[in-house]
Amino acid sequence: MALGCAALAAGALLIILGYVVVQGIGAVNWTFLTQLPHPVGVPGGGVGNGILGSLIIIGIATAMAIPIGLLTGIYLALFGRGPVPEALRFLSDVLSGVPSIAIGLFAYAVLVAPFKHFSAFSASFAFMMLMLPLLVRTSEQAIRSVPQTVREGALALGMSNFRATVRIVIPTAMPAIITALLLAIARVTGETAPLLFTAFGSQFWETNPSNPMAELSLQVFTYAISPYPSWQAQAWGGALVLIVAVFVLSLGARLMLSRAMRGLNR
Amino acid sequence: MSAVSGTEEILATDNLSAYYGPRKAVGNVSMAFRRKAVTALIGPSGCGKTTLLRCFNRIHELSFDARVEGRVLLESQDIYAGDVDPMAIRRRIGMVFQRPNPFPTLSIMDNTMAYGGRGLNSRQRIETAERALHAAALWDEVKDKLRSSPLRLSGGQQQRLCIARAVAAEPEVLLMDEPTASLDPIATAVIEELMSSLAEKFTIVAVTHNMQQAARVSDVTAFMLADETGTGRLIEVDDTAKLFTKPSDRRTEDYITGRFG
Repeated sequence: MALGCAALAAGALLIILGYVVVQGIGAVNWTFLTQLPHPVGVPGGGVGNGILGSLIIIGIATAMAIPIGLLTGIYLALFGRGPVPEALRFLSDVLSGVPSIAIGLFAYAVLVAPFKHFSAFSASFAFMMLMLPLLVRTSEQAIRSVPQTVREGALALGMSNFRATVRIVIPTAMPAIITALLLAIARVTGETAPLLFTAFGSQFWETNPSNPMAELSLQVFTYAISPYPSWQAQAWGGALVLIVAVFVLSLGARLMLSRAMRGLNR
Repeated sequence: MSAVSGTEEILATDNLSAYYGPRKAVGNVSMAFRRKAVTALIGPSGCGKTTLLRCFNRIHELSFDARVEGRVLLESQDIYAGDVDPMAIRRRIGMVFQRPNPFPTLSIMDNTMAYGGRGLNSRQRIETAERALHAAALWDEVKDKLRSSPLRLSGGQQQRLCIARAVAAEPEVLLMDEPTASLDPIATAVIEELMSSLAEKFTIVAVTHNMQQAARVSDVTAFMLADETGTGRLIEVDDTAKLFTKPSDRRTEDYITGRFG
């Protein structure tokens, strides 16, 4: 029974993957990955600006989420008792349940509407909000899973609490923390909804985060709902690139995790 | 209580009790530890011997809701006095744990020198590490891989690395919490031999649930037993040879002759 369900789930995944590969592989080539979109009717063109935009938007989101998320996770792991940490955990859990479109709407309300201007930064802000709960809880878990004996070993040598944490406990938890970070990046790489009214999209090589910017999953959305077969083909190509990116991130996370396990189990 | 007196003592407890929340795990222990001797703490599981040991370097208080009453005197100074820095105490009283706990992200060299080695230049650091690894009888096995991970070492080697890490800081007292509990008989024999040689330089207090081990390696043995409320009590402390042949307490005799525990 369980095996059958597992086979069903795996089968569905393989069918989706296979379908995207079959539909998308024809569209993906060097031009597709490096060129600007062409207008309808002009053959060729690509999603190069969308890939660049994804990297910029996710990069800024990650740069903001890492310090906030990790420091909060460390705080919860070390001083995890009492009303303030409990409230933080609760808020983090609530935030992880908020639909991404609502988070996009919030980003729109605070960073787009007041300036009357779409921007990549507002998209990064929305992505950061999506990454935070994942980072907070998983980094807390990662630090908590460092065996108490390792921590006590450091303290028993006369190390201060701070030094034991920074020099021994956090490095020991680092592979698991990086795993969490990669999974959080993979999570937002596949997000489209918050981008609709934040990054908005662009036809140009836009690199200024205060301007509207193209983003790969947003381009996939725009192309997929268009009536033109050539754009629809490119949507499949973009979807394939997204899936490969998420796959690589997940695989990287897996490898880091197995390394972390090897380190701790002995 | 006998066997210890005057300046021969380096460490002593005075009416020491240890609690986890409301539960009294160790009750009213007063005893002294002879300088440069191996003292074994024996007793059945749950008799509070590990908790007692963890009071000596102020590690016990790190557990949730844990606290200590009474005094622990290191060279006549109460380590629980208000103005005492626990970190300074832990540099003078080292500890080896039940399971080997090398720091996974540090090399063998950096593990050995993890106590800090403040004020040493790089050559002195290497000399200190080499001396510590020699003292832990590990040097010959790791001298060619000082930069590699400690996780590649066997369990016994890891435990000797933890001993090297503790002795590198040159503590006055070395606490050992069942240091061979997770090791095979051969690795155990190596560590036991090591304890005798380390006692030339350090005062050793070792917890063991293995009576043969206590008889083999210790000069003094203390026997503990939990009372009917679950509080660990010190029953008897004496020279090992005497405690194992002519114990003065009936309960000690019952335990060492295998009538319980």
